[in-house]
Amino acid sequence: MGIRFILMVNKQGQTRLAQYYEWLTLEERRALEGEIVRKCLARNDQQCSFVEHRNYKIVYRRYASLFFMVGVDDDENELAILEFIHLLVETMDKHFGNVCELDIMFHLEKAHFMLEEMVMNGCIVETSKANILSPIQLMDKAH
Amino acid sequence: MAPSSFNTTSSNSLMDNLFQRNLEDLIKSFRHNLLRESTYISKSLEEIRNEIKSTDLTTKSTALQKLTYLAALHNVDMSFAAFHAVEVISSSKFHHKKIGYQAITQSFHDETSVLLLITNQMRKDLNSVNEYEVSLALECLARIGTHDLARDLTHEVFSLLSSSKSFVRKKAIGVVLRVFEKDHDAVKVCFKRLVENLESSDSDSDSDSQILSAVVGVFCELASKDPESCLPLAPEFYKILVDSKNNWVLIKVLKIFGKLVSIEPRLGKKVVEPVCEHMRRSVAKSLVFECVRTVVSSLSDHEGAVKLAVGKIQEFLVDDDPNLKYLGLHALSIVASKHLWAVLENKEAVVKALSDEDPNVKLEALHLLMTMVNEDNVSEMSKILMNYALKSDPLFCNEIIFSVLSICSRNTYEIIIDFDWYLSLLGEMARIAHFQRGDEIEHQLIDIGMRVIDARPQLVRVSWALLIDPALLGNLFLHPILSAAAWVSGEYVEFSKNPYEIVEALLQPRTDLLPPSIRAIYIQSTFKVLVFCLRSCISAQESSFGSSSMNAFTHESIMNLVNVIEVGLVPLSGTHDVEVQERAKNVLGFIGMVKQEIAEKVNLQDNEAEAYSVATFMEDVFSEDLGPVSATAQKKVCVPDGLELKENLEDLEEICGEFLKPVESNSVSYTNKISFSISNLRIRDQQEASSSSSLPSEGAASSLLAEHRKRHGMYYLSSQKSDPDSDNTPSDYPPANELANEISMDPFNHTRKPSKSKPRPVVVKLDEGDESRITLQEKTNPEIVKDGESLSRAIQSALLVKNKGKEKEKYEEESSRIENNQSSEKKTKKKKKNGERSSKHKSRRRSEVAPASEQAIIPDFLL
Repeated sequence: MGIRFILMVNKQGQTRLAQYYEWLTLEERRALEGEIVRKCLARNDQQCSFVEHRNYKIVYRRYASLFFMVGVDDDENELAILEFIHLLVETMDKHFGNVCELDIMFHLEKAHFMLEEMVMNGCIVETSKANILSPIQLMDKAH
Repeated sequence: MAPSSFNTTSSNSLMDNLFQRNLEDLIKSFRHNLLRESTYISKSLEEIRNEIKSTDLTTKSTALQKLTYLAALHNVDMSFAAFHAVEVISSSKFHHKKIGYQAITQSFHDETSVLLLITNQMRKDLNSVNEYEVSLALECLARIGTHDLARDLTHEVFSLLSSSKSFVRKKAIGVVLRVFEKDHDAVKVCFKRLVENLESSDSDSDSDSQILSAVVGVFCELASKDPESCLPLAPEFYKILVDSKNNWVLIKVLKIFGKLVSIEPRLGKKVVEPVCEHMRRSVAKSLVFECVRTVVSSLSDHEGAVKLAVGKIQEFLVDDDPNLKYLGLHALSIVASKHLWAVLENKEAVVKALSDEDPNVKLEALHLLMTMVNEDNVSEMSKILMNYALKSDPLFCNEIIFSVLSICSRNTYEIIIDFDWYLSLLGEMARIAHFQRGDEIEHQLIDIGMRVIDARPQLVRVSWALLIDPALLGNLFLHPILSAAAWVSGEYVEFSKNPYEIVEALLQPRTDLLPPSIRAIYIQSTFKVLVFCLRSCISAQESSFGSSSMNAFTHESIMNLVNVIEVGLVPLSGTHDVEVQERAKNVLGFIGMVKQEIAEKVNLQDNEAEAYSVATFMEDVFSEDLGPVSATAQKKVCVPDGLELKENLEDLEEICGEFLKPVESNSVSYTNKISFSISNLRIRDQQEASSSSSLPSEGAASSLLAEHRKRHGMYYLSSQKSDPDSDNTPSDYPPANELANEISMDPFNHTRKPSKSKPRPVVVKLDEGDESRITLQEKTNPEIVKDGESLSRAIQSALLVKNKGKEKEKYEEESSRIENNQSSEKKTKKKKKNGERSSKHKSRRRSEVAPASEQAIIPDFLL
């Protein structure tokens, strides 16, 4: 499946965005998020961005106060996922203009929309910023 | 903030709409809210429950949007709103639809009951002229698609696969994977179109490159599930591998080839060159790493490519970026299984990584070092690792210790030649400050004692060193080790140079820090030592009559020993723990029987002397060796007739409840009684012991054991004394005692090199291969195999349909591309191979119906 889930979590460990590509119950999600957040937030800048957890590999990156965490299958390319995270952040930057936690809080549906353009069924399908943003821009105009 | 009381009357939808808080209000008040979060959530939820019942779709959808938000970020259960979500997607407004689909993708799963209701709406949206509506439905299908949905909507997906809008086509390709997974019949319909998308996409034009990236992603997943289905498409992938400039696509194609090469090794020769080319040229680390991974995991037979990849790994290892370092170590651990030289070449960097700041890097380095360990370097590596363990944090320290312990004990101590060294290492480990792996060492000490007869002298020595150290008794984690050491000292006391020292260690005052269960073992071992000394004293008198002063076991020393033990154990005969008390009293009883005679210096070898008979009897009891028990021994016992093992015992409590209760309530007074009557008991014990000793004839115990051995011979190890020819016992092996003399006295001198001339001692093994067989059986999960196979069957038959029409045309095209040097002989050989393979498939898929007779033809031109 490739990507299993994408999380955005702030420094305090609060989830700001959660997108799962496989069905987990509420309890499973809560437990999973808690464990992963605890693991990742405890790490510092000199440590690598990959954490193994249960049967997932977590690739994470910190941007200012936000952690972007992607859970992937074992044979996924870690560096490519890091690039994917960067692409996501760049895309959000382009849309919101220097994206911050509040942007994602108040425009969660847009963040979801961008993700849906980029990832389908756990596969990365789109990697061009312009292509990702064009439907959102169209919708903004319509409003 | 709008008061929520307005919403309680849902009659006026306009009012609702005007005063309804939207999502932004909700988030804002969340941020400024002073109430506790959970209270606030339940308040908002109440509000949403009212609003969502509204007949006005705008009010409903806003409520749904808020609920979706709460569910996503605050783990609120939104399953109650499932039907409302279905209503919202039927709205004609795109904005509503979007909210509805978002809610559905987030909350629906296979068991959602209203799932059936959305099929028609989704079909409508998939057929919509608005490409964004189509995209919403496709995304939803990709996330929640069930078997029914996949089956019912296959046709729509099929037509969208050739949509003129690349925006839609890309998403239709993305959804195919889910559809295939859920409904194998869909493969027959859609696979051909999917392949067409792959073939037609030209990486130069922008819209096509979008499609390519999506379609390659899908094939990458298909290849990992069922590589055979993608094998015929190898030429297409090859073209992409050579031509594409998109790193995302290249990474996926490399993954596909990794899978294909594993089932068709001849492909390797063809792709290795372009892969190396990418590795040399590319500046993108992700692509370089993917090339490295492909080479080390799938193309490891190609020497040149592996060399190049190891070179890249070296660059990663010395890089400052912790990510690259980690991945370098990871790649190295893949390559290690086939090319150990690569690890040895980078040993320095790997060892250095052991002190890295990142625990993950350290762990990876540790695992890597473990792959390098073999019988020649085990002592050197252990030394390095132990040094790191001393410096590391507790967690990693124990990780190191555990790794060393498990690698050394693998396959019944396969890599250990010098057990004396290894036992010293175990003793040394126990003294590391953060040590917590007591259980493992406990197990190994006893295990080695049972399996490796020649290691026993050293084992006793190491155990004594552990027992005598008063500092160790205070450490809770070491108690299991001490218990093993105590048992070993008692069981193999005959290998000890000075049994008195053992008693001294076992009875030292600080042993009161031990838990009762371990103290009981200490006392029992003391007992064994005493019996051994007594017996040795007797036999010494027998052999060297008159010159008893020459021997270590004199009357005086035995008397001393007896006194020491008595002084040590008397206080214990009054403890509250029954086990300790019982054992202490046993020993004291025994002492009571023999003390008199020793004190009177009666000639102990006299058969009439009580001490003689008691000591001989007890020695018989202790003399039988405990052997290791096979893990499968239990299975060999047949269940006797009439024994119900699976019967439900629930009603047992009812029946026994009455009997069980009084025992519990009495237990307190019971112990009191015991402590009260200690003095009486002691006397009675002595009487009993003396009377019982006269009852069974000497050696009764051993004859019982012999009887048992006769009846249950198959559970016993073949004793080496009785049949030296069995196993591979070298008959010229030096006897244990001789060996002991050669060993230097310092047991913790681990720097000593294992002497090569000394053969490895015999290690007793049981049922070789049994365990691995069991795990193998467990690994092959029939369910998974079945699922994968049916998907592959579907793809095969889909390919067949496709190939039938195109076969001729395609074959010509292919043959034009065949390299000239491909001889006809080679071709026939391959055909044969294909034939073999297909016949194998046939037998595997006996249940396959029509298309089985004709296998998909796999073009060979790439090979």
